[in-house]
Amino acid sequence: MKKVKADPKGVLTGSHYLDGDHSLAEGGLAAGCRFFAGYPITPSTETAERFSERIPTVGGVFIQMEDELGSIAALIGASWAGKKVMTVTSGPGFSLMMENIGLACMMETPIVIANVQRGGPSTGLPTLTGQQDMMQVRWGSHGDYEIIALSPDSPQECFDLTIEAFNLAEMFRVPVFVMTDECIGHMHEKVVIPPAEEIELVERKWYTGPKEKYLPYKPDKDLVPFMIKAGDGYRFHTTGLTRDERGYPVINAECQDVCVRHLIDKINKNADKIIKLEEEEIDNAEIVVISYGITSRVAIKAVQKARKAGIKVGTLRLITVWPFPEIRIKELAKKIKAFVFPEINCGQIVLEVERCSWGQTQVIHVPHCGGWVHDPDDIFHAIKEAAK
Amino acid sequence: MKKEDQLEEKNPMEDLLRMDRIPHIWCPGCGIGTVVTSFTEALKKSKLDLDKVVVVSGIGCTGRVAGYVKLDSFHTTHGRAVPFATGLKLANPELNVVVFSGDGDIAGIGGNHFIHAARRNMDITIICVNNFNYAMTGGQVAATTPLGANASTAPYGNFEFPFSLPYLADAAGATYIARWTALHLRRVTKSIQEALSKRGFSFIEVITPCVTLYARRNRLGDGLNLLKYYYDNSEIHHGADTRTLDISYQGKLVVGKFVDKEKPTFLDAMNKHLGKVLGDKYVLYGRINDDRD
Repeated sequence: MKKVKADPKGVLTGSHYLDGDHSLAEGGLAAGCRFFAGYPITPSTETAERFSERIPTVGGVFIQMEDELGSIAALIGASWAGKKVMTVTSGPGFSLMMENIGLACMMETPIVIANVQRGGPSTGLPTLTGQQDMMQVRWGSHGDYEIIALSPDSPQECFDLTIEAFNLAEMFRVPVFVMTDECIGHMHEKVVIPPAEEIELVERKWYTGPKEKYLPYKPDKDLVPFMIKAGDGYRFHTTGLTRDERGYPVINAECQDVCVRHLIDKINKNADKIIKLEEEEIDNAEIVVISYGITSRVAIKAVQKARKAGIKVGTLRLITVWPFPEIRIKELAKKIKAFVFPEINCGQIVLEVERCSWGQTQVIHVPHCGGWVHDPDDIFHAIKEAAK
Repeated sequence: MKKEDQLEEKNPMEDLLRMDRIPHIWCPGCGIGTVVTSFTEALKKSKLDLDKVVVVSGIGCTGRVAGYVKLDSFHTTHGRAVPFATGLKLANPELNVVVFSGDGDIAGIGGNHFIHAARRNMDITIICVNNFNYAMTGGQVAATTPLGANASTAPYGNFEFPFSLPYLADAAGATYIARWTALHLRRVTKSIQEALSKRGFSFIEVITPCVTLYARRNRLGDGLNLLKYYYDNSEIHHGADTRTLDISYQGKLVVGKFVDKEKPTFLDAMNKHLGKVLGDKYVLYGRINDDRD
């Protein structure tokens, strides 16, 4: 893995007062994103607007496409031409991107997609929050595959995790998602952007061997194949069809097995290198409150109240939601009395917690249909219930 | 026989085809192969650096072209070849990007991308093989099926008005538009050469027989007959008003080069406009001049 310093042209070093949407754009620019294709959709549009304003002075292209189908197709093309690429969207636009998210997975193309989630289904709540695309991000395209999804809890993390998303995308040749939401997207806070030399970036895994020996999908030791770009004289082929190491279509069960297992293994077997969690007071906890994104900040209030009431509560924040931190949840399930899990949906990531708990501990879900964050008291009551 | 007396049995297109993938999947009598021949001819005659020529296809019979040409080639999703090509071109303006796909892919499911890429004058070349139906899936009615023609999802004949693709491309802003039949080999080759060297959105429609489905269902004879029928029923009319290019069932086909005009490409316009508005703050993007100038 080759690491390089950020290009100072894209880094707006300093202390800023930014909302999450603008911070996503700054994260992308700092990470070296020089191609942005997008389509306006509330509550994510500000990211596209900032890109359109900033990228001409940095050296890159912004294009507003005709729809989200076009945005993501352009992204994959641009990535294969060697650029770091990014788009932003929300619910309905995210749904439109699903088919080509599968193509990006199949072609093993590094791309970054930020989803500023709003309430759904359908047009739902364009201007109000939700965390309802957390399963769609994992399963939304057809077939079996793996992706990486991160969940920031502040505008600062929108910046930090967008850089992280680019690094992971390059490292694993996979679409990486920054799953934020309307609340954080429109919340203004202090965002500190470090000097370029303090931002470490992962360079694409460029192939350097003899041209005639190059195979676009031959896994390296870390399971990730080397990449090349269009125009370098390799005369390579790639397809959305099930393919062999040469990138040639092979339509049979044997090749499918190798191809699909590879897409899954390169993420799952590297999960320990990807997963980031934030834990507090978990060692002696009887109850562990799991949360991600904006809900983590609401849960704090409930946790503080519960601690005052003498309940031993720990917190676990999922910075990485996918791949899911299966091992850690299994460990904790053996030790604690209950998990309490608030999320702004009617039961999505909680299904993973239930699966990993294997009936060894209670899992209490605190659902919310979207439109606003939880009332901390609802979470507090769930904690109290769990502690009984 | 001495070695030097032996006949060289090399296919003249071999350098530009993935011979390890031949035989191809196209039916005997299909016109796609002849369009590929014209394409490889055009590439050979052009002075382009072939390492910089990229082919993007969508889904369908013609969508398989990307898999057979020995160039950097992408077989993408249904309808999305044009925006994929847009991404490639904008991310590396040095590339000469060719979309090679069918009528269903480009004008049916991908119609919106097609008109928008033409509107922006994206500097790409589109070769659209029009066989009047969705062939890969078994001969369903398409946005190009002539009125009255039979298709597997129009078993009583098609009653939907079809697109005239050159008219659509013209209305959307394309800077180069031509139509030929697959048997116009040299003319297709020349048009592809012109399109490749054109700065701007170029569109070439090639009418080809679909022998297994469209022809059989409509009892139009074998592939060779139909190739010849289209050829014999075509009338060359360069510069024809694109409003007059409708295709009726087994009717006369107006072919020729209809549009060849100059307009700034997306990147030319972007560089010029942003350079003017932002002055020194603007970082010029991509190449302004290339060897096609």
